[in-house]
Amino acid sequence: MTSKHLTAEAGSQLEQVNGHTNPGLPEHKPRITDSSPQAERITERQIAGWFILSMIGTIGFIVSYFLFDSEPGTYDNLRLQNTAFGITSAAALAGIGIGVILWARQLIPDAEVVESRHDIAGSEEDQAVAVEILNQAKEESGIARRPFLRNTLIAAVALAPLPAILVFRDLGPLPGDSLFKTLWGPGVRLCQDPGMVPEEDRYIRAEEVTIGSAFHVIPEKMHESEHPLDEKAKAAVLLMRVDPRELNTDPEKEDWGVDGIVAYSKICTHVGCPVALYEHQTHHLLCPCHQSTFDVTNHCAVIFGPAKRPLPQLPIAVDDEGYLVAQRDFPEPVGPTFWEINMRETSVE
Amino acid sequence: MKLLAERRRHPMALVVLLLVGLLLTGGAYAAFTGTSTANAEEYSASDVEEGEKLFVTNCATCHGMSGEGTENGPGLIGVGAAAVDFQVGTGRMPLQMMGPQAQIKQPQFSEEQTRQMAAYVASLGPGPAVPEDEYLDPSKGDAAAGGGLFRVNCAMCHNVVGAGGALTRGKYAPSLSGVSEKHLYEAMQTGPQNMPIFNDANLTPEQKRDVIAYIKEVTEETEPGGFSLGSIGPVSEGLFIWFFGLAGVIGITMWLSSRSK
Amino acid sequence: MTMTHEPTTAVGKAANFAETRVGASKMVREFGRKIFPSHWSFMLGEVALYTFIILVLTGTFLTFWFKPAMGHAIYEGPYVPLQGVEMSEAFESTLAISFEVRGGLFIRQMHHWAALLFMVAVSVHALRIFFTGAYRRPREINWMVGIALIALGMGAGFTGYSLPDDVLSGNGLRIIDGLLKSIPLVGTYISFFLFGGEFPGVDIISRLYTLHIMIVPALIIAFIAIHLMFVVIHKHTQWPGAGHTNRNVVGEPVLPTFAAKGGGFFFMIFALLGFLSGIFSINAVWAYGPYDPSPVSAGTQPDWYIGWMDGYLRIVPGWLEFYVFGLPLSLNINTALLAALVLFGAMAIWPFFEAWLTKDYREHHILDRPRNNPTRTAVGVAAVVWYAVMWAAASGDLMAVFFHMSLNDMIYIFRIMFFLGPILGFIITKRICLGLQRKDREIVLHGYESGEIIRLPHGEFQERHKPLDPHKLWKLMAYESPRYIPAEPGPDGKISKGEKRRATIAKYFYEDRVAPVTKEELDAAHHDHHALESGSHEAGSRGSIGH
Repeated sequence: MTSKHLTAEAGSQLEQVNGHTNPGLPEHKPRITDSSPQAERITERQIAGWFILSMIGTIGFIVSYFLFDSEPGTYDNLRLQNTAFGITSAAALAGIGIGVILWARQLIPDAEVVESRHDIAGSEEDQAVAVEILNQAKEESGIARRPFLRNTLIAAVALAPLPAILVFRDLGPLPGDSLFKTLWGPGVRLCQDPGMVPEEDRYIRAEEVTIGSAFHVIPEKMHESEHPLDEKAKAAVLLMRVDPRELNTDPEKEDWGVDGIVAYSKICTHVGCPVALYEHQTHHLLCPCHQSTFDVTNHCAVIFGPAKRPLPQLPIAVDDEGYLVAQRDFPEPVGPTFWEINMRETSVE
Repeated sequence: MKLLAERRRHPMALVVLLLVGLLLTGGAYAAFTGTSTANAEEYSASDVEEGEKLFVTNCATCHGMSGEGTENGPGLIGVGAAAVDFQVGTGRMPLQMMGPQAQIKQPQFSEEQTRQMAAYVASLGPGPAVPEDEYLDPSKGDAAAGGGLFRVNCAMCHNVVGAGGALTRGKYAPSLSGVSEKHLYEAMQTGPQNMPIFNDANLTPEQKRDVIAYIKEVTEETEPGGFSLGSIGPVSEGLFIWFFGLAGVIGITMWLSSRSK
Repeated sequence: MTMTHEPTTAVGKAANFAETRVGASKMVREFGRKIFPSHWSFMLGEVALYTFIILVLTGTFLTFWFKPAMGHAIYEGPYVPLQGVEMSEAFESTLAISFEVRGGLFIRQMHHWAALLFMVAVSVHALRIFFTGAYRRPREINWMVGIALIALGMGAGFTGYSLPDDVLSGNGLRIIDGLLKSIPLVGTYISFFLFGGEFPGVDIISRLYTLHIMIVPALIIAFIAIHLMFVVIHKHTQWPGAGHTNRNVVGEPVLPTFAAKGGGFFFMIFALLGFLSGIFSINAVWAYGPYDPSPVSAGTQPDWYIGWMDGYLRIVPGWLEFYVFGLPLSLNINTALLAALVLFGAMAIWPFFEAWLTKDYREHHILDRPRNNPTRTAVGVAAVVWYAVMWAAASGDLMAVFFHMSLNDMIYIFRIMFFLGPILGFIITKRICLGLQRKDREIVLHGYESGEIIRLPHGEFQERHKPLDPHKLWKLMAYESPRYIPAEPGPDGKISKGEKRRATIAKYFYEDRVAPVTKEELDAAHHDHHALESGSHEAGSRGSIGH
């Protein structure tokens, strides 16, 4: 197994390369600390100095732990304490580090030592013994002689992990039609998105949505659903009003907006970031994650970037009390493309 | 009704319809910006007159002799005093040069001149006025509520702590650090450049004040963890560790493995 | 080992105890005087090891307070701008660690800085191994273990980044969700099984937590153990140098020198991270706020080591998604996983590919200076450029603002550079390497430029070139330069198709070559030199002067 290219004798013998003779290790040059006892003493004191600095750092850390009280409403003390922790711990640790390294550099002998390499493969004797042991094991176990035992064992071991995979089945439910449904439906009112600050639903009247404004919208009663964030992750909508003359409305979707007010899913059809950067002069919607750009005047068709599908439009209307409501759920699934995306219809009620 | 049905296809019908629509939206706008248009600031006739002079000499080339707009600049009828105060007060107007968007720079007019121009533009049509001081005091606002509103309505363009960010084709959302309360309010109210307009139905004056309180809190309060490296997140942290962290490490390794004299 | 006498000192008793229970003397004998070559570039792997230890220490501290749960909470802690805000318990406990546990913020920041530095260290370490050819036989397996460690490091980093459940990391998870859903056939199921249903669900944080604090670190520890075991088996490589051969190791013994330096180095790295964590803020999660699927921050980026994949997602155009019989093939998204496979796969097979190309299956313990293997260095730079283009693309929006450029133009530039960058990188690097090799040849043959001006008898001024001392000379001329080996017939006397293909690729890669100086060339040059020095102008001026 040993490589035929390796020279037989290791270590001491220096190989020739390209015909040149290896001049061998350069002569070791003594350091100042090797020759001058005075320099050695100074170095020793320096190193001890670093260790003492480390002790001061450690004490400083303990002091700063107790020194700073938190004050309500301001983080000055927290900042000071954090800075103190940083400086004192750096001193405590660097003191030890620098001291030890100086010790190694200046006081411990620094002449280079040569060690020879050994073949990685075992000697021929090792290999012969190993082969013998393996053969003996094969013989004693009878693994070659008893193919029936061997094969059933292999089959059993191969099958055994199946339950281990199976028990992970309940990691999650099957998708079903959950990606085809959102909380939007006929008559569901549009509410302002309060972020994570709890508040009553704030409905939106059509006349409040003036030209150039953008409302971040969630369906009403979202917070009463079982998993509000799961619902929000599908149902978040951006509501804008554009001068109707600027909209190139598809005749089939003529009544999906209200006098220039249009609502589109806020979830990017690329990988699902909220597409919320609305430029009210260009009517472009930009996703800050991967820069997909959608054109609101053309039913949010993609005009730049990695997304392919337009943002789904939420058909809206005005209810009896003058509030904006959804006419129905989104006509197509929101968010990133997935394999089953065209396999079902979204619910049309 | 028959009469109406007959006239429906009359060429003038479109004009009438548009006028009705404009009146409705304009009326609604006035109604919902009412709280801040009912402003204490009253402009005198001389303010308007002086403002008109300034307007004609400095703004009319692009915005038209009476603010009706030209190919080079939008019409200013109905944009209100707040828009003028913001655009001129932050130095964005007059434009230094054509570009993706107006740049902030040293204001070109004194406060008095700005006020006069605002008075003139306000006289062209009803629009949002310069906000009242009551809504500009961050100490009266609720920073937590403002934070919620800020994250939903502002952070996607301006970054969660107002450090700014990119928009399409060279446009950008500027940093909010160091912007005055009044200009923050006016920006929300008037939607400068490509920023959406947040009228008083979308964000009430109290909510705008909450947002201002939040911005002031995050841009002016001490950063607990140390220097913030521009508050732009993992990119600056990554650059920092690659340049300074790695330089430190390599410095140590070189010292460690060098031979001492 | 039989003890000849009873120890009397405390240290002696302890040593005796250890010896008679674990046979410590055998270990000391085996490892005590093992030799490690000393060079700064050999310490980068140690940085990775030490930062990992610091990660385990600080991470353990954080687990005592962190609550990996997505239960509903309303914040009532000291951070004013979030008081009364809804959040998950995970986010709430992260805030508590930052604002209420003394030193919690410091340790959190140290954990994060250490993670960034860990990934820097493994990456730079891997680059050092690649560019010096240290992965060659017998170290191919250890090279692959190292690649696995990089991938595991990315996994550890990403799972940890996501734990605080803030707006930034939540959007990162949302991107992962989108990436998983783009996988044909099974993607939706994988996503539902990972998140326990629809995104974001209520399970993901606790699942990531298990991965982050147990499974991934356990794997990392196992792989580190294998990695180090191989270093012991193979012994360390060394740079070419006088006295260094393929059969020896020259350096410092473990006890005491290397142990002292290595131990001191650990404290230095720890100190550096302590300093960074005290002075520079990192991942201020309170500023991002609790995760909510609706908001997002401008400048949403992952930590740097995931950045290249995010950048890839940004530059791929949308038309790469298309539908076959209504079934989506989202090549605009799922090829990000493919790009990762290409990069890691190419790294893994490179040692075998290179050996096949050059027919060099020998053991190598002496490193190549990067210039002495221009092809490998150029391939490495091409890969680095490719990576860097994707990496930079992830911050294209920030660059656009910073340099007052159009975001869209930035992406067009990155799209072009994605293809052009590696090619340019390859060509330029190879030329630079060949140039440096020629320069080395000149120095070997004609000496280095001494800065001394001499005037020749006929009046011409020349700079005197002085010969190098033999130890430095050795480093510049005693190397092997890979060469193009034309197709050779196999044992059956025929040139196989595979061999032909090998020769075609090898010709492109290795035909341009600067041969190392041979003994004969050196002797001839010396002869010329002596002639010049003794004043015979005709003999030597052409060869030695004026390059």
